[in-house]
Amino acid sequence: MTLIDLSWWQLALAAGLVVALAGLAHVARLGMSGSLLVAGLRTAVQLSLIGVVLEALFSVATLGWVALMAAVMLAMAGREVVARQKRPLAGWWGAGIGTASMFVSSFAVTVLTLVVIVGPTPWYEPQYAIPMLGMMLGNTMTGVALGLDRLTDTVWRQRALIETRLMLGERWQEAVADARRDATRSGLIPIVNSMAAAGVVSLPGMMTGQILSGTPPGLAVKYQILIMFTITAGTGFGTLVAVSAASRRLFDGRERLRVDRLRPVKR
Amino acid sequence: MADEAPPAGALRLESLSVGPLGPIDLRVEPGEIVALSGASGSGKSRLLRAIADLDAHGGVAALGDTAQDALPAHRWRRAVMLLPAESLWWADTVGEHFPDGRVPEPAALGLDAGVAGWEVARLSSGEKQRLALLRVLARRPRCLLLDEPSANLDEAATQRVETLVGDYVRDASVPALWVSHDPAQIARVASRHLRIGGSGLEVAG
Repeated sequence: MTLIDLSWWQLALAAGLVVALAGLAHVARLGMSGSLLVAGLRTAVQLSLIGVVLEALFSVATLGWVALMAAVMLAMAGREVVARQKRPLAGWWGAGIGTASMFVSSFAVTVLTLVVIVGPTPWYEPQYAIPMLGMMLGNTMTGVALGLDRLTDTVWRQRALIETRLMLGERWQEAVADARRDATRSGLIPIVNSMAAAGVVSLPGMMTGQILSGTPPGLAVKYQILIMFTITAGTGFGTLVAVSAASRRLFDGRERLRVDRLRPVKR
Repeated sequence: MADEAPPAGALRLESLSVGPLGPIDLRVEPGEIVALSGASGSGKSRLLRAIADLDAHGGVAALGDTAQDALPAHRWRRAVMLLPAESLWWADTVGEHFPDGRVPEPAALGLDAGVAGWEVARLSSGEKQRLALLRVLARRPRCLLLDEPSANLDEAATQRVETLVGDYVRDASVPALWVSHDPAQIARVASRHLRIGGSGLEVAG
């Protein structure tokens, strides 16, 4: 099986479509053309850079470099989780809770999958480890960010209601239970939906990629199912941990609601 | 919940301070209603919130022999219960906000016997205010902190609220702090009247 090469002018053609879309958006005054172009540029630059990094990493393939790469990916994901929230927890807590919960779930599930299920030698073989961790982190990040955003925003908007429940003598866990349930649910909905739609509505990216690069569909499907399940587990555990930890942080030792621990919205 | 006996006795504040208020010393005996008044923004609500331990504060609050920080906060608030000026509801029906889903003595406040099944969204503001008081009394608190409990009620309903609270305070022998702006009401319900002046409480009337 030979791969059909893509040349730069073919990519330029695809880029031309995005530029055309941006032009149309500009004419229609959607106020989106700028961010569309910037995002497109970021895609090209970031992916080119990661291509270079991955080629280098694959050629070295020592545990230290793989771990460093994983740490950088985690840090970027932690930053992104905060950026996607309207009112994140102030100080280091916002990034800390997001990053710690992604670390616990994504790394644990990825390492488990590598060591016990896929079993490449060595187990940290970057060709397997990095893409898997990437998919895991990307999805866990979405779940954690959605969950935390929903939690902090709901608690902010319902602060008087939550305090009413505290006044009636409820524990902080009872007073925040509804907000917490909502937040966990909204963190999990995307992955549940994508499992439900997989293969019927959408052909998942990894499977598509493997088929394009010549893997037999049967094997590609197996990998995709594996990834779907591990992503679900990673996202689910990550969201649960993040939402629980953030809920705890929103109350102090005297079970007072502390919305002052949320970062004020910048205007 | 396996709670020990809730604290009971007089409400004591010793050098309590919150924001610009304080230090405040006050003792409210079991069965006594003390009225609290003051210009808006003078800190009445903040004082009540501090006593309920909803805001950080200095000094000591105690009920009988039990200091505020000797109990987990939710148990303190179950004993020393604050009825805020604005009542909020989190579930769909009235009954879900009451222990065991039962609204005790709705008739005492002129409410329908089937009120537990009503939808919160259809309540009038007056009904909400009266139900918020019942919601507090249904939990049998050992001390009442009432923030204008009859502010939006007509004369008949106000009278019922005064009677119901008065009966509860006397029968259960609990201390109560009652924030009110109405001198006539204060004269009817309270044995003492304190006004917030500057940073402290002064005897009024």
